Amino acid sequence: MEKNIKFVQGNEACAEAAIYAGLDFFAGYPITPSTEITEHMALKLPQIGGKFLQMEDEIASLCAIIGASLTGKKVMTATSGPGFSLMQEALGYAIMTEIPCVIVNVQRGGPSTGLPTHASQGDVNQASWGTHGDHAIIALTASNHQDLFEITVEAFNLAETYRTPVILLLDEVVGHMREGFVIPKPGKIPLVGRLRTSVKQGVDYHPYLPREDGRLPMSDFGGVHRYNVTGLFHDMWGFPTDDPKSVHELHRHLIDKILNNVHLIEKHKEYYLDDATTILISYGSSARSARHLVENRRSRGELLGLLELQTIWPFPYGLIRKICADARYVVVVEMNMGQILREVKIAIDDPEKVFLANRIDGSYITPTDIRNILRLIQGKGV
Amino acid sequence: MERFRIVMSGSGGQGVITAAVILSEAAVLYEGLTAVQSQAYGPEARGGAARADVIISDSEIHFPKVIQPNVLVCLTQMAYNKFVPIIRPGGLLITDNRYVTIERKIDAKQIELPLYQRVMDEIGKPIVLNICMLGALIRLIDIVRPESIVKVLEKRVPQNFIEMNQKALDLGYKLAEKFIK
Repeated sequence: MEKNIKFVQGNEACAEAAIYAGLDFFAGYPITPSTEITEHMALKLPQIGGKFLQMEDEIASLCAIIGASLTGKKVMTATSGPGFSLMQEALGYAIMTEIPCVIVNVQRGGPSTGLPTHASQGDVNQASWGTHGDHAIIALTASNHQDLFEITVEAFNLAETYRTPVILLLDEVVGHMREGFVIPKPGKIPLVGRLRTSVKQGVDYHPYLPREDGRLPMSDFGGVHRYNVTGLFHDMWGFPTDDPKSVHELHRHLIDKILNNVHLIEKHKEYYLDDATTILISYGSSARSARHLVENRRSRGELLGLLELQTIWPFPYGLIRKICADARYVVVVEMNMGQILREVKIAIDDPEKVFLANRIDGSYITPTDIRNILRLIQGKGV
Repeated sequence: MERFRIVMSGSGGQGVITAAVILSEAAVLYEGLTAVQSQAYGPEARGGAARADVIISDSEIHFPKVIQPNVLVCLTQMAYNKFVPIIRPGGLLITDNRYVTIERKIDAKQIELPLYQRVMDEIGKPIVLNICMLGALIRLIDIVRPESIVKVLEKRVPQNFIEMNQKALDLGYKLAEKFIK
């Protein structure tokens, strides 16, 4: 069979991947630079028996997909910074109620309405800590369309596996650029379906009683079981509780189910790290510039390597510590004031060797920008 | 192969972005090449100096934007004035002689073509100016065959307009013929 090659924008690749992953329901409110995802869903979902709903705003969009997910559907919404800010309350609700859903944030410049059509990676911390309260979250990213396709499918799989919202943290450059990629044959990427309870109708079903492996089988809401869902701390029935033991157990469960599985969740790519004396750490579109520079300098014998992060949260502290142990310089390449830089400094033993190569003016960071900063760090002047 | 870093520029609405998408899509789907296409998203996309970037190569492309094009196409004076300073020395500059007056000498091969005039004379519809430009471009840089462009047109253009687009493509292709050694 011939390969199914597509040449489309990153946003469309993301939408195609969601459909591949079995998306049933999408609710959203269009916003640059994520609009093409919403457009593509409006066109495609009805054709395959799915439902598309344009909502009045972004928090309503997230609430709509949370509800649809509870009824047993695979769901997604897409937005950019301002909409993602508006979603934060509902994001906390999805974390607390453990509802699988995928939220795409195609980052633009911020704060506020910021720079709608320009590149930024300023929402890295927001993806983890934008919603209040102590919690853990999964946030993924990608730098090219083939990876973006696979990472999007992975987002749906992780959402089901860990019963959690998963953030796809894309950026304007990858979202808008067009390049080729292959849509894998159905079944090539394994899909994780909904874990449903085996408890029969008429038998007590405890929606928030974890199995021995920590997972909680779901029952399609509106189906055979009646149960309560609340953003308050709750007991195994889903009813509110302030019993310290129950609160403690639920709080630990919400965090441990993700942080104890970093080794299963975490994905990254390594380029020329074996003998690298200077290691670049980057992600999303910035990683494309970093990779360009690494390939270019390697051909001239410079011992430069690149670690491309695909999992942003939970942050892979152990991986970073191991990979950077022997490096002379570690340079984090990102389009913000050092949001991943901070985590890298926490991860490694000698944080004074970690530097930032960034741009925060809405312009996409170039290989020359990175090279100039590298020269300064290495004491070679500009 | 030589890596082509192409910037197509003109006024918003002239179809330079569409032309860039068609060219790069044809390169990827029907020539087995690698291509990346991007564009400026500001208000210039709706008037002003619109710009679309295409990189075509036979190897992986990492940095997706064009900083210094080795092929620059300018369909308006405003686009010419804005983008001519970034052309790579020794590159190729293609302009439409109805709208662009060459104002300076640059280290590039400069080709002035009567694209607009001939489209109006022979087809009568300015809407296919971009496809005529594409015809001239692929004749001059010889990386994508015209039949590959036609395959993409057949997917993207409504049935009734395919013949007109094909005609515009041929027109541009022939206009560039005399510049081929």
